[in-house]
Amino acid sequence: MFAELFFQYLVAGLTYGAIYAIVAIGFNIIYNTTGIINFAQGEFVMLGGMTAVTLHERLRLPLPAAIAGAVLVTIGVGALIEVTFIRWLEKPSVLRMIVITIGVSILVREAALLLWGQDVRTLPYFTGDEVSSLSLLGARISPQVLWTLGTCAVAVAFLSAFFKFTMLGREMRACASNRDAAALCGLPTRNLVTLSFVLSAGIGALAGCVVCPITYTQYNVGTGLAIKGFTVAILGGLGDSVASIAAGLILGVVESFSVWVLPTAYKDAISISILLAILFLRPSGLFGARGAR
Amino acid sequence: MTALLEVSGVSKRFGGLQAVKAVSFRVEKGTIKAVIGPNGAGKTTLFNIVSGFLAPDAGTITFRGEPVQGSPPHRVSARGLARTFQHIKLFARMSALENVMVGRHVRSRAGFVAGMLHLPFTWSEEREVRARSLDLLDFLGIASLAGAEATSLSYGQQRAVELARALASEPEMLLLDEPAAGLNMRETADLAQLIRRIRERGVTVLIVEHDMSLVMSISDEVIVLSYGEKIADGDPRSVQRDADVIRVYLGEEDA
Amino acid sequence: MKSSSARYLQVSVFAAATVAVQLTAQVSGKAYFLTQLTMTAYATLVVVGLSLLMGYAGQISLGHAGFFALGGYTAAALTTWDLGPRRGQAIVAALARLHVLVLRPDPYGADVLTVHPWAAFACAVALTAAVAFVIGIPVLKLTGHYLAMATLGIGTILYSVALGTPSLGAADGISGVPPFQLVPGLQIGGSPSIRVQNYYLAWALVALSMLLLLNLIHSRVGRALRAIHAAEDAASAMGIDTARFKLRTFVLSAALAAVAGVFSTHFNGGIGPSEASIMKSVKYLAIVAVGGMGSLWGSLTASAVLNFLSLRGYFGSFDDAVFGGILILVMLFSPDGILELDLRAALRSLLRKPRPTGES
Repeated sequence: MFAELFFQYLVAGLTYGAIYAIVAIGFNIIYNTTGIINFAQGEFVMLGGMTAVTLHERLRLPLPAAIAGAVLVTIGVGALIEVTFIRWLEKPSVLRMIVITIGVSILVREAALLLWGQDVRTLPYFTGDEVSSLSLLGARISPQVLWTLGTCAVAVAFLSAFFKFTMLGREMRACASNRDAAALCGLPTRNLVTLSFVLSAGIGALAGCVVCPITYTQYNVGTGLAIKGFTVAILGGLGDSVASIAAGLILGVVESFSVWVLPTAYKDAISISILLAILFLRPSGLFGARGAR
Repeated sequence: MTALLEVSGVSKRFGGLQAVKAVSFRVEKGTIKAVIGPNGAGKTTLFNIVSGFLAPDAGTITFRGEPVQGSPPHRVSARGLARTFQHIKLFARMSALENVMVGRHVRSRAGFVAGMLHLPFTWSEEREVRARSLDLLDFLGIASLAGAEATSLSYGQQRAVELARALASEPEMLLLDEPAAGLNMRETADLAQLIRRIRERGVTVLIVEHDMSLVMSISDEVIVLSYGEKIADGDPRSVQRDADVIRVYLGEEDA
Repeated sequence: MKSSSARYLQVSVFAAATVAVQLTAQVSGKAYFLTQLTMTAYATLVVVGLSLLMGYAGQISLGHAGFFALGGYTAAALTTWDLGPRRGQAIVAALARLHVLVLRPDPYGADVLTVHPWAAFACAVALTAAVAFVIGIPVLKLTGHYLAMATLGIGTILYSVALGTPSLGAADGISGVPPFQLVPGLQIGGSPSIRVQNYYLAWALVALSMLLLLNLIHSRVGRALRAIHAAEDAASAMGIDTARFKLRTFVLSAALAAVAGVFSTHFNGGIGPSEASIMKSVKYLAIVAVGGMGSLWGSLTASAVLNFLSLRGYFGSFDDAVFGGILILVMLFSPDGILELDLRAALRSLLRKPRPTGES
């Protein structure tokens, strides 16, 4: 019985952790290309789920099409945000950018409130339903969990391949490494920045769709995700996406097991306390070696 | 007789680079000592260590008989060691006068409570700080620029404000980091005269410089650094003739 | 001394303006505006403290509402916690004899033994200052987005605690907070009969704070803070202990927010977790940005206008969106505040052809 419970907490932790990791990767992609911390990152996840629900329930699109549509819409929003607010700023200060992206996240959230109200939404399970479960290593686990972990893994694999093997991916890495030099080499740095927003929005939306049946979604889930995603990004070392995966899973599991010792109401405080501990003690993260800026 | 400043066996490494290697020297009170050397010789690193911005890996810095290595900059400054910076660091959005008044921070004491309540002792203190700061601007010949925003001034004028600011704390010793950088010949000559007058006021000067004419004309002693090591230490004439120094500056062929 | 008389003049003009506003409200039959104006005053107190912190010490704080709430909740808890059942304990009896505890009727008519509002006030401000001091030490060593996220994290923790702790009322907060009798005849409370009195008390507090902060800015400390903000290394070389100055400014602004929290809680008769929310902190930030960081009068004016409109409900359900939008607009076009807005330059940069930019 204890083992069963332990396993459930572990699985829940890994599931949430995978999502946090995706958000963190989104942070890292944009951070690496522009040096900006995009506080609106969490909203992409929210938009993915909410849009998919609307497409599926209102427009009666089949689930795969709804998800694809949601990803495309969110990508569009991401690109729009970049073009409208980020693109034409000349050497903005870090402070200014944080504040702007906070403002953007508020606007997106309020727009979501206007469009969808305060209702909690959910997508149907991709396979089976809430009670179906697979037997794995002698314990029961929902297929949606496998969908989530699988999708996140595929997204990460895709991104790795993209950055390593494609021309565009290499160009983005060049841009991240030295923007001015990249520009001097003739790379379209402005468009690469937009692309970074597009990628972050895309994987965020995908994650939002796939985890929606388990966690449900609501207009205001973005903020909490942004904070946790940032925590994971810092935990792994800002800019290091591979470390983010491990860090995300760790945070998810720690948070999940925290309800054993602390009241659930304080669950959010756990991840923030971890964030503060990292910032105070080791800003370069558990795995990182860079100095904190 | 203890020197005003004693640097003993100071070393500093940055990753793979040994910036300063077992450097030792003394600066006697009332003298002007120059630190010269090719670029990358470790001069500014040395300055940063002496003024508290860096802690040395090894060695001691003794100022006025007390060890200051590892002390933070503000405490080193409070002991009587003032400095200027290679790239002028004046306070933007503050006037020249205000910049100098900040320099007088260690000679005044009004804190948060006194400031908020505008206590009577602060009235005379502010007057004194302001008067002394104006005097200093006058000493440097730029009293007329007191009200100008500091970063709007010309390069030479900004250098002067920075000097006034450093002098405002009435330091025992002044560290000048390439004060002649960007100055033309006439301005450099004025600077030399100024540094002599500063010494006359009783301030000991340690100066990092590239401009040889300035160094030779005002220094009592010169030390030469190369790749972090001290290779010469003595009066300007003999240093100029030192074979190692010539080799380091001009290369092997000429001797 | 020219600048000090200028300050007193400014505060006097401001005081006169508050009187003018009150009289206008009275005459035009809108006396009920005074309630929102009083709450605006307390919000303004937080704003000017934040403006000092951001503009002078150069430190961003995305969690300042947390300090307001910490002060307010402490005062609320202490003045509503009935110690009557513990009367037997020695310390309770001792405190009661020293008049630190007072016997008063609660909203339901029963007699309760609670902490005297002055004692609660002192505890609330002291506690908030202590918390700010303790967290300030590690937090202020951070810069840039690390600092921003750390302050955001602090604010979120305080909010989570307020929201999740049953003894603090959880989502409902604490209500039934008694009025605060400052001296016989002057009382902070929400009763309509003392509305005018409360209006003037609140704005007098603002005026006093402005005077103190303006004095500070024009003093040796103010110069040191501006120096730190302009060039921290050079300030350090001038003998300024930058860490200490930043910390003290942080604690001062937190204490100011706590004072506002205490008084506001007594005025409203209670406090809820939304006072600690991130959105509240963002609002304070937006207002400081509009008024110009470090411009105390600018921040005051922006706060008076925006908070009043918000409290009167002029922004309707779009309140959050409005402040989010304001934040973006100010940061995009005029990060030094609306008075520094160079409209032509802003438009020109909008229409300029894009060219490569460097890393920020």
